[in-house]
Amino acid sequence: MAAQTIFDEMNGHGGQSRDAYRVLQDWLKSVPPQLLEHRREEAELFFRRVGITFAVYGNAEAEERLIPFDIIPRILSGQEWARLSRGLEQRVTALNLFLKDIYNQRDILRAGIIPPELVYLNPYYRPQMQGLNLNSSIYVQVAGIDLVRVDDQDFYVLEDNLRTPSGVSYMLENREVMMRLFPELVGIQRIRPIENYVDELLGTLKSVAPASSPWDPTVVLLTPGSLNSAYYEHSFLADRMGVELVEGRDLFVRDEMVYMRTTEGPKRVDVIYSRIDDDFLDPLVFRPDSGLGVPGLIAAYRAGNVAIANAPGTGVADDKAMYSYVPDMVRFYMGEEPILKNVPTWRCREQEALSYVLDNLHELVVKEVNGSGGYGMLVGPHATKETCENFKARVLANPDNYIAQPTLALSTSPIFTEKGLAPRHVDLRPFVLTGRDGVRLVPGGLTRVALTEGSLVVNSSQGGGTKDTWVLSE
Amino acid sequence: MLSRDADSLYWLSRYVERAENTARILDVAYRMASMPISYNDLETNEWESALITAGGVDEFRATYGEATPENVIEFLAFSEANPSSIQNSFDTARQNARSVRSALTSEMWEAINSAWLDLRRYKARKIKVEDLPKFLNLVKEASLRYDGSAMRTMLRNDAYWFSRLGLYIERADNTARVLDVKYHVLLPQDAPVGGGIDYYQWAAILRSVSALVSYQWVYHQNLRPWLVADLLILREEMPRSLAACYGALSRHLDDLSHRYGTSGAAQRQARATHARLTNRNIEDIFQHGLHEFLQDFLADNNRLSLAISNQYLC
Repeated sequence: MAAQTIFDEMNGHGGQSRDAYRVLQDWLKSVPPQLLEHRREEAELFFRRVGITFAVYGNAEAEERLIPFDIIPRILSGQEWARLSRGLEQRVTALNLFLKDIYNQRDILRAGIIPPELVYLNPYYRPQMQGLNLNSSIYVQVAGIDLVRVDDQDFYVLEDNLRTPSGVSYMLENREVMMRLFPELVGIQRIRPIENYVDELLGTLKSVAPASSPWDPTVVLLTPGSLNSAYYEHSFLADRMGVELVEGRDLFVRDEMVYMRTTEGPKRVDVIYSRIDDDFLDPLVFRPDSGLGVPGLIAAYRAGNVAIANAPGTGVADDKAMYSYVPDMVRFYMGEEPILKNVPTWRCREQEALSYVLDNLHELVVKEVNGSGGYGMLVGPHATKETCENFKARVLANPDNYIAQPTLALSTSPIFTEKGLAPRHVDLRPFVLTGRDGVRLVPGGLTRVALTEGSLVVNSSQGGGTKDTWVLSE
Repeated sequence: MLSRDADSLYWLSRYVERAENTARILDVAYRMASMPISYNDLETNEWESALITAGGVDEFRATYGEATPENVIEFLAFSEANPSSIQNSFDTARQNARSVRSALTSEMWEAINSAWLDLRRYKARKIKVEDLPKFLNLVKEASLRYDGSAMRTMLRNDAYWFSRLGLYIERADNTARVLDVKYHVLLPQDAPVGGGIDYYQWAAILRSVSALVSYQWVYHQNLRPWLVADLLILREEMPRSLAACYGALSRHLDDLSHRYGTSGAAQRQARATHARLTNRNIEDIFQHGLHEFLQDFLADNNRLSLAISNQYLC
């Protein structure tokens, strides 16, 4: 399936300029390179001053770093987006139905489509969610679906992020910066707006409030605190939504109701947009050593007095082993063919797949089933023999923990460098909101770009950058 | 608002104010120390009294021993071991600012963040004594910019009032300590009153709260120790006086009680202290002992901080 030549989103397979990029290309030709350099510097200054930073774990020196921002936008045509958004809605809907099923009826397990041990032995499976009748039936209110493309036609889903997907603040800030820096370019294109994301998020969160809450429910955003790598985003979203940004110690539970401590005394909380891992939510139920959570929160949740978005236990649906079953979920729950493709995946837990993977390590990307952020993965073609051997030992020691995929010829998109435009690999993370009243999507998402020539790793923790993503009106 | 956010705002302002105060104290020590030796032949040295004013003498002794200019500058401006060093004050201020960003205006955040970035550059290299004024100016300007952005951009609601409360509690504490330290350390019993040394000492006190020129405008006469005390304790028009601080503290606490519809210990205590300041004259205070008065005041000020904390911040 890997195309021989790499598909470039501006230039296609061989230099022919693609429609969506035509206006941008003409404009780029008409401006002097110094102007771009100058605007790039302005952009960096803006990000630094506003303090849009992220923390890198295990790197005391660069405690707070900027995510590099590239000024050349990534552009999708209206038709491309129309197809993508249908596919995203379908996929996230199926994932929500799957979560409701495995925590209630378990039809899909009884139908023999998914091996039960993948659910029950999954570290993210939460028995506390079993049989819980969620008022809204929605488990994943906010999903970030990572997509890559390999040619003109196809997008592949790389992974589903159903726990606490981050990056949406960069999507919004990138747009804001582009509008500020390139008004003349933005003005000659018909770019679909994304600024309403925050309203849609708040609407989604309010829509899942418990039945007992007042007509205008109190929403809070729960953060692990200012040392967390995504803290900037947490404060950004709370600020834009106009809701309190709380830490665990700001909340307490009395008589199975959740309250926050305010300067005017306790105030009832109805909906928690949680950006904390399940493990830390409630020390009485999950990790007892968690100082981040709220004792009694799960009891209040089970009593139906507070909504938590995303629900605890959604991680069972987004690990890399379960990933390979998502197309089956779409067929099973919706009776439709999946619109978005999955990358072919070898599950190392299966003997046949394991021996294939071990024999072909140098051609494959091997990932930990529960890994994220680009940690704990092997990119075969870029790894030394020694690294491969070491990794092989790790896979053999615990094959269930790994999956492998072919190295995709990820598409590239041009970035601005000192030597002019140069192609770099990109992916795309659109954010899909699901409330009681349906699915909401803003056109676009976060484009991440591997800034090192030839590199395929786009994660910000590994030196990736971001771009603004434009979806054009049809 | 969230109690933790109010707490962060309160401490954010306290630490910015503390950094500025420490900068002023260092500035005075620097000026005094660079005076001709005949004005400066006292037993105690200026750097030592800067240390006492800013607090933390014990921590200082533990690590540095002798109060040389380099040691004191290092300790008060940069030391990580001193929680109130200028550098640490800005670190703490920024941490608080970060955790309460959504309650700050972007101007306030940028003032704190860029000051913090600027000051970090000084951490790496050792500062020379003669470069000190430049550094101290940077600190004072950062505090002015922060304060100015707060005044000019914040909504007049509880967030604003909590940040003001932190500022005035810290400022009152500082003014009282500046007076107290100079009072018993630097007024030698046997020095002839009205001599050169006294003059420079009292001028230094005024300078450390930026009130030297104001003094002339208020009293139109030579420096007199009781008038210096009068200005810094009782004059409401002097923005760093104890009376002015307590005027503002009671006002903002009343703002809060109107907004929230209840009042408590904090309001009562602030009003009582304010009344004590407005109903006294300076002869009275001197008669009962300036030192005792200032010690009582510092204790009251501390109690008010605790009362605010118990009532709103936790």
